[in-house]
Amino acid sequence: MPTENPEEKLLATNVQVIDPGPASVLAPGHTYDSVTDKIAGTVFLKWKNTPKGWIIGALISFAIVNVLLYAVSVLFLKGVGIWGINIPIGWGFAIINFVWWIGIGHAGTLISAILFLLKQDWRTSINRFAEAMTLFAVACAAMFPILHLGRPWLFYWLMPYPSSMWLWPQPRSPLEWDVFAVSTYGTVSLVFWYVGLIPDLATMRDSAPKLWMQRMYGVLALGWRGSIKHWHRYNKAYLLLAGLSTPLVLSVHTIVSFDFAISVIPGWHTTIFPPYFVAGAIYSGFAMVLTLIIPLRSWYKMQDIITMRHIEASAKVMLGTGLIVAYGYTQEAFFAWYSGDPYESFMYWNRMTGPYGFTYLLLILCNIAIPQALWSGKVRRNVPLVWCISIVVNIGMWLERFVIVVVSLTRDFLPSQWGTYIPTGWDIATYVGTLGFFVMCMFLFVRLLPAISIFEEREVVHHGGHGHVEPAYEP
Amino acid sequence: MKESSFVSLESLLEPRPRTAPNLHALREKLAAGRGPVFWRTLEEAAESEELREYIEQEFPGLSGQIPQGVDRRSLLKVMAASLAMAGAAACTRQPREAIVPYVRQPENVIPGVPLFYATAMPVAGYARGLLVESHLNRPTKVEGNPDHPASLGATSIFEQASVLDLYDPDRSESVLHEGRATSWAEFTGIFINESQSLAQRKGEGLAILSGATTSPTLIDQMNRIRAQWPASKWYIHEPSVNPAIASAAKKIAGRGALVAYDLSQADVVVSLESDFANVGPAMLANARQLARRRAVDNGATPCRFYAIESAPSVSGSIADHRFAVKSSQIPVIAYQLAKACGVAAPDAPGAAPEWLGAVAKDLTDARGRSVVIPGEFQPESVHLAAYAINAALGNTGKSARVLEGVEPEETHSLEELASDLNGGHVETLVILGSNPVYNAPSSLDFANAIRKARLVIRLGQFFDETSLLSHWHIPEAHYLETWSDSRAFDGTVTIQQPLILPLYDGKSAHEILTILDGKPDVSSHDIVKGYWQAQNKTGDFGAVWPKSLHDGFVAGTAVAEVKAGGSVALPPLASPATGGVEVVLRPDPTIGDGTYSNNGWLQELPKPQSKMTWDNVVLVSPKAATDMHIDKGHVLRVTVDGKSIEGPAWILPGHAEDSVTITFGYGRKGSGRVGNDIGYNAYAIQNAAARYVAAGSVEKTGRTYRIADIQETQTMAGRDPVRAAELSEFREHPDFPTREEKPLPPDLTLYLPQEFPYTGYKWGMAIDLNVCIGCHSCVIACQAENNIAVVGKDQVARGRHMHWIRVDRYYSGNLDTPEIYNQPIPCMHCENAPCELVCPVAATVHSDEGINQMVYNRCVGTRYCSNNCPYKVRRFNFYLYSDWQTPSLYGVRNPDVTVRSRGVMEKCSYCIQRIQEVKIQAEKEERRARDGEIQTACQQVCPTEAITFGDLNDRNSKVAKLQALKRNYGLLDDLNTRPRTTYLGYVRNSNEALRGQRANRES
Repeated sequence: MPTENPEEKLLATNVQVIDPGPASVLAPGHTYDSVTDKIAGTVFLKWKNTPKGWIIGALISFAIVNVLLYAVSVLFLKGVGIWGINIPIGWGFAIINFVWWIGIGHAGTLISAILFLLKQDWRTSINRFAEAMTLFAVACAAMFPILHLGRPWLFYWLMPYPSSMWLWPQPRSPLEWDVFAVSTYGTVSLVFWYVGLIPDLATMRDSAPKLWMQRMYGVLALGWRGSIKHWHRYNKAYLLLAGLSTPLVLSVHTIVSFDFAISVIPGWHTTIFPPYFVAGAIYSGFAMVLTLIIPLRSWYKMQDIITMRHIEASAKVMLGTGLIVAYGYTQEAFFAWYSGDPYESFMYWNRMTGPYGFTYLLLILCNIAIPQALWSGKVRRNVPLVWCISIVVNIGMWLERFVIVVVSLTRDFLPSQWGTYIPTGWDIATYVGTLGFFVMCMFLFVRLLPAISIFEEREVVHHGGHGHVEPAYEP
Repeated sequence: MKESSFVSLESLLEPRPRTAPNLHALREKLAAGRGPVFWRTLEEAAESEELREYIEQEFPGLSGQIPQGVDRRSLLKVMAASLAMAGAAACTRQPREAIVPYVRQPENVIPGVPLFYATAMPVAGYARGLLVESHLNRPTKVEGNPDHPASLGATSIFEQASVLDLYDPDRSESVLHEGRATSWAEFTGIFINESQSLAQRKGEGLAILSGATTSPTLIDQMNRIRAQWPASKWYIHEPSVNPAIASAAKKIAGRGALVAYDLSQADVVVSLESDFANVGPAMLANARQLARRRAVDNGATPCRFYAIESAPSVSGSIADHRFAVKSSQIPVIAYQLAKACGVAAPDAPGAAPEWLGAVAKDLTDARGRSVVIPGEFQPESVHLAAYAINAALGNTGKSARVLEGVEPEETHSLEELASDLNGGHVETLVILGSNPVYNAPSSLDFANAIRKARLVIRLGQFFDETSLLSHWHIPEAHYLETWSDSRAFDGTVTIQQPLILPLYDGKSAHEILTILDGKPDVSSHDIVKGYWQAQNKTGDFGAVWPKSLHDGFVAGTAVAEVKAGGSVALPPLASPATGGVEVVLRPDPTIGDGTYSNNGWLQELPKPQSKMTWDNVVLVSPKAATDMHIDKGHVLRVTVDGKSIEGPAWILPGHAEDSVTITFGYGRKGSGRVGNDIGYNAYAIQNAAARYVAAGSVEKTGRTYRIADIQETQTMAGRDPVRAAELSEFREHPDFPTREEKPLPPDLTLYLPQEFPYTGYKWGMAIDLNVCIGCHSCVIACQAENNIAVVGKDQVARGRHMHWIRVDRYYSGNLDTPEIYNQPIPCMHCENAPCELVCPVAATVHSDEGINQMVYNRCVGTRYCSNNCPYKVRRFNFYLYSDWQTPSLYGVRNPDVTVRSRGVMEKCSYCIQRIQEVKIQAEKEERRARDGEIQTACQQVCPTEAITFGDLNDRNSKVAKLQALKRNYGLLDDLNTRPRTTYLGYVRNSNEALRGQRANRES
């Protein structure tokens, strides 16, 4: 184990930061030491060496968190009336944001668990990061169901607990299923992430330059010593957790989609929702991964570890899930017509041409049209362009939830009760506030913990940086 | 008790000279202060002059005593009185010893069990008989008196809302002299002096202005005053009553009369812009009769109703044929119709419309069984023509009856008052309730005229525009606070009993007039009872009086029918101004002439046709909107005779072309916190010579205005929530509403299909769309019964109004003469309720009697139930809408219904509190609740009996029979919600000769 300060070693290193291209998950020239120093050293950077992007970004996001706190304070004092919701549109930004955040929270577990089980080597550089992203996204998502309650201080009534009235939650309600689905997902994601961190926390403990850091990481490392016994048990546990997480990736958004599918509202009451929601979730999750890692790898000069191969693979997943989503849209439209149900067909017609028709057009543009550019390898390897597309997909997926949640409610069965939804400043402040919260958590995460799995990178070094993929790219 | 140890309240209230308070500044200060700020403001203000003034107003007399150096004795007196009152008012502590409440329980008062008292509300002078619910001597809810001829158990929106007026925190609270608080004693002193000087002049210069009245006691008082002082004059001003009605009746009968209609006798009804089921003293009776004559089941033949009107009215919305005609054109139509019916009428210019012949033929075919009803706001010529047609067709005495008049004789108009004031003939002006400074036609310039009087005394419930220009303001007692009497349209007298002592020391008109009558200090009760005692010739007054009070009317007081001579000569028509735009001026459908403008319930009640709230608009025709590129909310300038008002446009399908309708009641400055500074003041362009229709012009201002309406979409969008058929189709297929529907298997549900066996009661409701006129009485009755909060214009505009029952209005057909349908929608109480499944905390559950119940305490406010309700009948407290701050409003609440808090969902409960009350009673008597014993608030108030509630398990119940009818259908039944509130399809009895016109309608 290195005894010198990894930050100094990182700064002194002469390994060139080059992106090895789409063939490799690690730049050539990396050794066990160098990846350790690079990743751990990033955390141990002194304040003066912290990238400017981090400082500015963290400050901005912190400011936005204060906007969130303010908006939530006003919300609790006055009531949900500060938002744009009404009758008939009882759900607005809060539920859109809830579904959107939960969707984003899908990528982490998918990358960690499913890609792990599928033995995809390229998950290594981004899995830790994506898992953290999942946790923070789930945290953001979990805020909204509580904030949107008329009486948020009574949120615990949704939990099954032996109340003095012996009154239990109502098990037929999909909102009740949500409580379990989201809390289970959040818990398992946290455990999975933490278990994956343990060997790295030990590395951090061992290379920390200061005593308090050693103690902090030491406590978190739970006495990890790297013995063969530890590794053996670790691998068992990790595999089990991956197996446990895999169905959750599918179940959470399936159950979230039940919030809509179980109802009677045209545009909500659709059996296609579970798979289409899951695909959409993965779609937006990968978009968010790309949105975050592209600036990050540039700020921290990590192009050698988060390589073009990661970006390209993520872009391909995005393209694939995007096509599933597109299939979902066409099926929805087809069944709206084929069912012969006047409410369904009107709903879809209204979605496309009604007062909110522009949101549908934008949605198609963002989620279907623009991402088709990813068929081209050139586009996939154009990092700024991929980043832009990932942003577009994020917007598109948000719009999708807007179209489903709000536009369906504006015009349901009785024409007399058709309404209009106009979000207020508080709606936007709360949404932007959670974005700030999420970004701030990400900033803190990359500052305090190894954002890339060190020990897994060492394995990559051991495998020569190629994993199981045949080189197909000649520089 | 010795006299000296007693603190006389009179001595405390003794008036003392004071400086004029800065009411405005103080009101602002108090209005701005809320919660902690309020107290800090008071502390800050403690040193100020304003606080002293404030205290003076709150405790007149007290503040006058304290600073002037108090002697020990009077201080102790004041303290003793305060302590005694404090002890009585606020029992914050109880003695430790056991106390026994109600050693002598007041007779009939059982806490928790309401009592009902019969009384009447005068609406434009005429009585509507009421039964008022009183909880521990606190009136909370107004209901119609089923035995009263002008109510028949129903009420209009105004009676329902009047109970809120009683508790209005903005009511004036004390006698004011030139803006300073003083006392009734001081006023009587001065007024007695005044009457003595008047007596010397034989009443010269005395003018008494009142609203329309039929009160026998008041008329008697006035007659005695006028007999005593022949030079005094009585003026009557009622802005929402057309003087032409009375003048035409006088021409017909030769003396004061009233033409009443009996629609039960009519097979063909033609309205010449009459909103007979929603306006006028007999509106509720008319509505009931019309509804009964529209019965189609069991082979009944409905009447046929033609409405000829400029803007769709409440009555006209249910017409079998509606013709949109300019209001100023109605006299021409009336004359043409008269001619076609064989009346010798002067020539009417212009060609008759193509449909006129068919209408006239229908009328003459139903000779003796038809009726023509003239418009309430039409000129004398229309009233005479209608009478002439009815006489010619032999309808007089049957469907059109001329009754002896009950309004006072020899009264004068507001125009005469204005000219008398301007001529300097009025020295003392006593205004009993009227508010002419606000609601006089602007051509009279009443605000200037009133200044010409030396002494103006105003009796009014609010310190309003007229009070501001009066020397004395006397707070008027609400009709629920004082004794009086009034007559129904047929003359039946109701003694108005008070339900509560005046909250703010209010006085009645009787108590003012009795001073002039030389009998000061006689209470309203003694005046009214004294009058009736004097009237009683049979000597059984001791029995008649309590019976009359109990029944709500004095038996045998209905007036006789006038044997009118028959023909009346129709005056030649004043040629109507052709070309240009006519401006039609009408009382507002919910605010009336402005009297009700400070009533939040009425302000938030959707206007029957436009469904907008909190404003008055300029109603324009769809054609004008297309021609002038007007859209909803565009501000229009309406000009009449050089005076103009500006108001937002509302495009009303079915409105006549080249015509705009504007309504009174808004643009007020002296109304109160609810009614001030909203809308435009239509009186500003009203001309006394042409009160209800005038030639004018309309132009766009280029500005827009936000209108708070509750129904954005007007058409049925191909969904047929309202199912209608022609009479012939109905005869052929009585099941027309459900003919194309496939019945759904009852077990088509994920959950247990027979979860609820309903062994006891099984509540249900049926709503007959064939008779609903969309008057909105049900909406406001529900609001009063169920403590529904008022949310304000902004919240309504955001789609957050709270009404548990709403009346959807749909159009079909073309824009210019659409068919109009009204559909009241309460909760459907579905068998497979979508709301129940999705609530995560079981806050909305099914009862074993089939009611979908809302448990406010359990609700956390996810709003999922509302999203999943296909009918969208659920209402959510987005903020703390219920007013928990204003103490005076506590009184109006129904103690049987929870006042909802922020963040909970609410909705129609089928008036569960009423069900429970009857069930408890029935259980005590070991029987089942009888059919009709439970009436929901909406059902009870409905003038047309469109709503029926009852037990579906009882096959003989009215509701079960209605639901068994073939024209019964469930709204959105195809969703398998299995609603328990069902609808009876609409059947249109249109004239085949006119059907071609309707064939060109769009589908």
